[in-house]
Amino acid sequence: MTVAEMLAEKPANEVYPDAPAIRFENVSIGFDGKSVLEDISFEVKRGETRILLGPAGVGKSVLLKLANGLIKPDSGKIFVFGFEVSAMREQDLYKLRDIIGTVFQEGALFDSLTVRDNVGYRLTDEHVPEAEITERVTEALRFVELEHTLDKLPSQLSGGMRRRVAIARAIITKPSLLLYDSPTGGLDPITSTTIIELVVKQRDVYKTSALLVTHRLQDAFTMVSHQFNKETNSMEPLPDHQNDPKTSFLVLHQCRLVFDGSTHDLVASDDPFIKEYLS
Amino acid sequence: MPIASLDTTAKKGVAAVQDYSLLSARALGNLFRRPFYYADLVNQADLIGVGSLPIVILTGFFLGGALALQSSATLSQFGAAAFTGQLVSFSMIKEIGPVITALMVSGRNASGMASELGSMVVTEQIDAMRALGTDPLKKLVMPRIVSTIVMLFFLTILSDAVGILGGGCVAVFMLGQDASQYLHNAYQSLRFADIAQGLIKPLIFGFVLSTIGCYYGMNTRGGTQGVGRATTQAVVVSSVLIIASDFIIIRLMIGLFGR
Ligand SMILES: Nc1ncnc2c1ncn2[C@@H]1O[C@H](COP(=O)(O)OP(=O)(O)OP(=O)(O)O)[C@@H](O)[C@H]1O
Ligand SMILES: [Mg+2]
Repeated sequence: MTVAEMLAEKPANEVYPDAPAIRFENVSIGFDGKSVLEDISFEVKRGETRILLGPAGVGKSVLLKLANGLIKPDSGKIFVFGFEVSAMREQDLYKLRDIIGTVFQEGALFDSLTVRDNVGYRLTDEHVPEAEITERVTEALRFVELEHTLDKLPSQLSGGMRRRVAIARAIITKPSLLLYDSPTGGLDPITSTTIIELVVKQRDVYKTSALLVTHRLQDAFTMVSHQFNKETNSMEPLPDHQNDPKTSFLVLHQCRLVFDGSTHDLVASDDPFIKEYLS
Repeated sequence: MPIASLDTTAKKGVAAVQDYSLLSARALGNLFRRPFYYADLVNQADLIGVGSLPIVILTGFFLGGALALQSSATLSQFGAAAFTGQLVSFSMIKEIGPVITALMVSGRNASGMASELGSMVVTEQIDAMRALGTDPLKKLVMPRIVSTIVMLFFLTILSDAVGILGGGCVAVFMLGQDASQYLHNAYQSLRFADIAQGLIKPLIFGFVLSTIGCYYGMNTRGGTQGVGRATTQAVVVSSVLIIASDFIIIRLMIGLFGR
């Protein structure tokens, strides 16, 4: 059976039920002769959220684009829900991406479309009736508390609002895997917390697998130490200084993955770079 | 060292031609694969076709007039001013109409395509589109190519007609020639080969200018400066290719029809 036939038969995440959400095997990539990532291997299990840390320019965005099949590695293999994205045809990737939501570093909203058309882009593509699109877009925007911006253009929004619209666009079809590229980058602490709350909600309410890049350590630790309470519809600290067991860390440094493990191990690590990074 | 850089330059050139051919082939291969972006096609056709009407009509009219003035001066030296109509219609239909219309549309739309797609590349909107499961070659490139080819075809016919009209105005009102003689002359001498040449050219020019515009747009690198560079290159390269392919088409048509 070809990949295309498998993808036509059932949702991509059910084809290989035992495969992890993401798996990197000895992946390397470089641009213009300069190596960016070398021999990267890790896994994101289903339902897990992994936080990717690293200094600016180390290749975090490149890693997310690799996971999405937007760029191909020079060597190594990348699997998403068991499909080898590093060797798939572009047409099949389009189908696989139906179950992947991506939030780009700068939002990457379509600047000539309204917020409604941006968020409802996938639904329009699937020829969902207009009334239903409006309804579902409003619902997704309510999730990010922006339902009043429906008819605005992205240029009329603030940076934080754009980021939240980008999140709404990524989650509207309830994807099984979310890739967030610095969703809180360059934002004030209050807006950042709002966005982190959304991410935690996605993790605890919908149990979505996720790979999240961030520069802000405090955001990462908020995610680890909080849970989403459905009754109060807000984020609250886990009791007794517990850490969320489904959230763990990856650290990139000088092209390599220097850390892969739990919050506890990260804080206890005696790698000099990690110590300095965390301080 | 110069040998080595020659080597990489050659490789880059080959790679660019390969990328360009792949982009054109994949965009057109999408023509028959679902979903079909009908709305985008109509939108582009409107932008390219209707939007270019004024500039095509104006340039066509004045070029026809200019041709009539120039040729009647030369023809009257041989006492053949009566053939002005024939010369204007020949030149307009076979050469000036198709080439000038294509150059005008290239200045307007190849640049437009390159800058629009280029901005989408540098702001990651193209990546976002791919991440949302839409093929940008199908949604953005294919409608541009198809609507340019179709619209340029009709714009060229219009330009030809307006040019002959402009030449006629000059012949009648400024040179004092007889209107019916001018018109009779203008179409009597036309053969199938002349019309065919005039109608094949816009199809090829439309393909060239739209694929070049989209190619430079989709391959934009390096921020806003890159967008500017892509736009300029798209116009320059498509203009040169239009004129070069014009020459090749003429040679082929002479080989085929003997005129
Ligand atoms: N398309 C590309 N062409 C050439 N080089 C690239 C490309 N994309 C990324 N790079 C290079 O790869 C390196 C890593 O880039 P990347 O954007 O992944 O960094 P990052 O870790 O996301 O940084 P930041 O934290 O600032 O977002 C950079 O040195 C960049 O120059
Ligand atoms: Mg980045």
